[in-house]
Amino acid sequence: MDGTSAAHSLSAPSRRAFLQGAGAAAGAFVLGCFVPFGERAVAAGAAAQGPFDPNVFVRIASDNTVTLVCKHFEMGQGVTTGLATLVAEELEAPWSDMRFEFAPNEAALYKNLIFGVMGTGGTTSIANSWVQMRQVGAAARMMFVAAAAERWRVPASEIAVENGVVSHDRSGRRARFGELAAEAMRMPVPAEVTLKPPGAWKLIGQRLPRLDSVSKTTGRAVFSFDVRRPGMLVAVVRRPDLFGATVRSFDDREARAIDGVVDVVQVPSGVAVLAEDTWTALRGREALKVDWDTGKAETRSVEDMLAEYGALADAKGLPALRRGDAEAGLARAAKVYEAEFTFPFLAHAPMEPLNCVIDLSDDGVELWSGCQLQSIDQAAIARVLGLKPQHIKINPLFGGGSFGRRGNPMADWTKEIAHVAKAVGRRVPIQLVWTREDDIKGGFYRPLVLHRVRAGLDGGGRIIGWRHKIVCQSLFVGTPLESSLVHDGIDETSVEGVVDTPYEIGNFAVESFNAQSLIPVLWWRSVGNSHGAHAMETAIDELARLAGQDPVAFRLALLADKPRDAAVVKLAAERAGWGQALPAGRGRGFAYHSCYNTRVAMVADVAVARSAIKVDRIVAAVDCGVAVNPDIITAQIEGAVGFALSACLRNQITFADGVVQQTNFDDYAPTHMSEMPQVEVHIIASHADATGIGEPGVPPLAPAIGNAIFAATGKRLRSLPFAAKALG
Amino acid sequence: MIRLNVNGTAHDLDVSPEMPLLWVLRDRLQLTSAKYGCGRALCGACTVHIDGEAARSCSVMAGDAVHTEITTIEAVAGKVAEAVKTAWQSLDVVQCGYCQSGQIMSAITLLNANKTPSDADIDAAMDGNICRCGTYLRIRQAIHMAAKAIA
Ligand code: FES
Ligand code: FES
Repeated sequence: MDGTSAAHSLSAPSRRAFLQGAGAAAGAFVLGCFVPFGERAVAAGAAAQGPFDPNVFVRIASDNTVTLVCKHFEMGQGVTTGLATLVAEELEAPWSDMRFEFAPNEAALYKNLIFGVMGTGGTTSIANSWVQMRQVGAAARMMFVAAAAERWRVPASEIAVENGVVSHDRSGRRARFGELAAEAMRMPVPAEVTLKPPGAWKLIGQRLPRLDSVSKTTGRAVFSFDVRRPGMLVAVVRRPDLFGATVRSFDDREARAIDGVVDVVQVPSGVAVLAEDTWTALRGREALKVDWDTGKAETRSVEDMLAEYGALADAKGLPALRRGDAEAGLARAAKVYEAEFTFPFLAHAPMEPLNCVIDLSDDGVELWSGCQLQSIDQAAIARVLGLKPQHIKINPLFGGGSFGRRGNPMADWTKEIAHVAKAVGRRVPIQLVWTREDDIKGGFYRPLVLHRVRAGLDGGGRIIGWRHKIVCQSLFVGTPLESSLVHDGIDETSVEGVVDTPYEIGNFAVESFNAQSLIPVLWWRSVGNSHGAHAMETAIDELARLAGQDPVAFRLALLADKPRDAAVVKLAAERAGWGQALPAGRGRGFAYHSCYNTRVAMVADVAVARSAIKVDRIVAAVDCGVAVNPDIITAQIEGAVGFALSACLRNQITFADGVVQQTNFDDYAPTHMSEMPQVEVHIIASHADATGIGEPGVPPLAPAIGNAIFAATGKRLRSLPFAAKALG
Repeated sequence: MIRLNVNGTAHDLDVSPEMPLLWVLRDRLQLTSAKYGCGRALCGACTVHIDGEAARSCSVMAGDAVHTEITTIEAVAGKVAEAVKTAWQSLDVVQCGYCQSGQIMSAITLLNANKTPSDADIDAAMDGNICRCGTYLRIRQAIHMAAKAIA
């Protein structure tokens, strides 16, 4: 597909789950069809179904400014700029006139075409908007032409639109958008539009400045943490130290005695202290005495859980994939490779801790939130307060990062604020604040995972059998989403990155095991790919060495019929100087992964000295279809490296007697500036449909680094975070 | 009652002298550019200037900030501040933006003290400012760009 025809359907690089119709009335989220394995399935709902009324998505003012009504949540990924680019391209608006605001919560108008409801995630924003937003821009342009034709009484075919100016050469008439906007936007919406061919693009593919740069460099950008309503109270919630514990009783006398503490209420998640300001609320919470019922709480350590994971993996798992006959292949193997990988629980730790503001009024409820799954949050609040979803107005604001945490299908913190408001029982605006400690200790982690790989090579060094076991706590088993998102016991998000590998592996069996715990888990930037890619890319590297082959050549042989994948592998290798000798103590490692229809290869240069790992350079090659804004793509890869590096080197959530041992940025330390490697990003020129870039930079980083550590030291680190001590 | 001079204006405030400056700014003065990220001087999101020097407002008690000049990014001005903001914008440093007020305030202090910082100087001065979105490479580049602009 060249992406230029109006009647063209989007291929869905789906987050496999199409979140449809959060059915609050029924009391449970109704989630729609679960579409496995992205590239193999295209959801009917994912097609851009024009015509779209431009009035829904753009407002053109008399001062010529064009305001995109952005249906997606901006958490730093640059979506406001990306969507505005698509509209401006077809509208022929000058970039300097583009503005944006966030769309109100009206799913019928602003749904994610892949999810079927309003929501952002799964690297779907550009993918689902790629045709739609260009159609919107094109339709608006045609409406300007129609309006000018009517006003000037000239044939529409003689009217040109360029750079925000509508003109008719023969009569010498010209009008800027602002002059014609009122008339234009009342014109009938064209039933069909023709999109520009790539050769005519002026903005797509250019480095356009981000639309949110100025507000975010002057302190003017508003996050929900910054919302200040008259009389607003701040609520902090004391939650149990142990997951699964509940409030038995509490004593709030000392808390209430603090000047400025206004109320203390019990909610399902714990006990909330409300005060006139944040500091007083925090002091009130400290003064609170809560007696917890820990009888049913989770008390296992990570080691305990991993021992159980290991025992589980000794049995036979659920068949997530069966291709050829893995066991027969392994039986014939000349060499057999076996390895085990473990992956810790991880917190998302977005820079802005969770928070939101609620205000109950006669008309319903207003929520101010960095809200990623608006439809789900809306339904959750409605359910708690016994209202209808349409009574919940959401004011979406910038999110100070998310990495998955703000898009919780369980709507944990949104429900929490609704419960606080309900328990307080009077009309006062409330801001719910999570501290960093609350965030790190608060669960909804990337699950603990174990991978066990057994793979065999034939005499020629070719893979002839691969059995892969994955033990993972499902994101959905045991939740209301299980019935719609888990099929025959298999949660796609547990096994992705493995079952959908682009490598040609003929005899391939993947078994899935659902571990259980009371630790709440959630998707974490790149979801299952965050571990699946690491196991695959480490194993492939080890197999290449076992076969006596170059790791890049070994990969290319497995991608012989996948030209797009192979091109990315080759580009990264070439730009990184793959094959060049490095000084002692330094190593170069390769990894390649494809997810969300975006392909990323990374070459890591690593120095190891006295068991300290220093990543010097990452060279990345990317194919995400049309590069709508190459600078934002580059930034997302740089950012993914910064985000994933600390997970690779040190981050993990552990428990002592059930209590989370990490608290803040000292013992759960993100990457610091001094650790940041140089990052080079090379983007494949492509006219294929634009996909996305928010997540795909994460999966290849850790295996590229691990493979480089092996190259530098001859020591193989498999489990994450890398135990640098073992290099000593 | 304590008196704080913030962005050139004196405010008489009925707050405990122990309240962290961050919460006085955000909750009492509605100046929300300084952000809460950790509350323990571990991230730099709350960085403001106290007498022209970068300070972690989450870890400064309001009572200790009387008789000082407190400046937030809303009011920070001058050649260095302008150069830094301009460089940040022209390199599109920001992603989510939540850390960036603090990053910019730290960078201004660095450049006020050192007009030609090396990468190592930048790392040393900025290492306490966490960016979870990983915008560090651009921050470093932007500081170099601002340094050139003010040279
Ligand atoms: S909030 Fe002050 S340093 Fe993190
Ligand atoms: S830009 Fe998001 S934390 Fe720095």
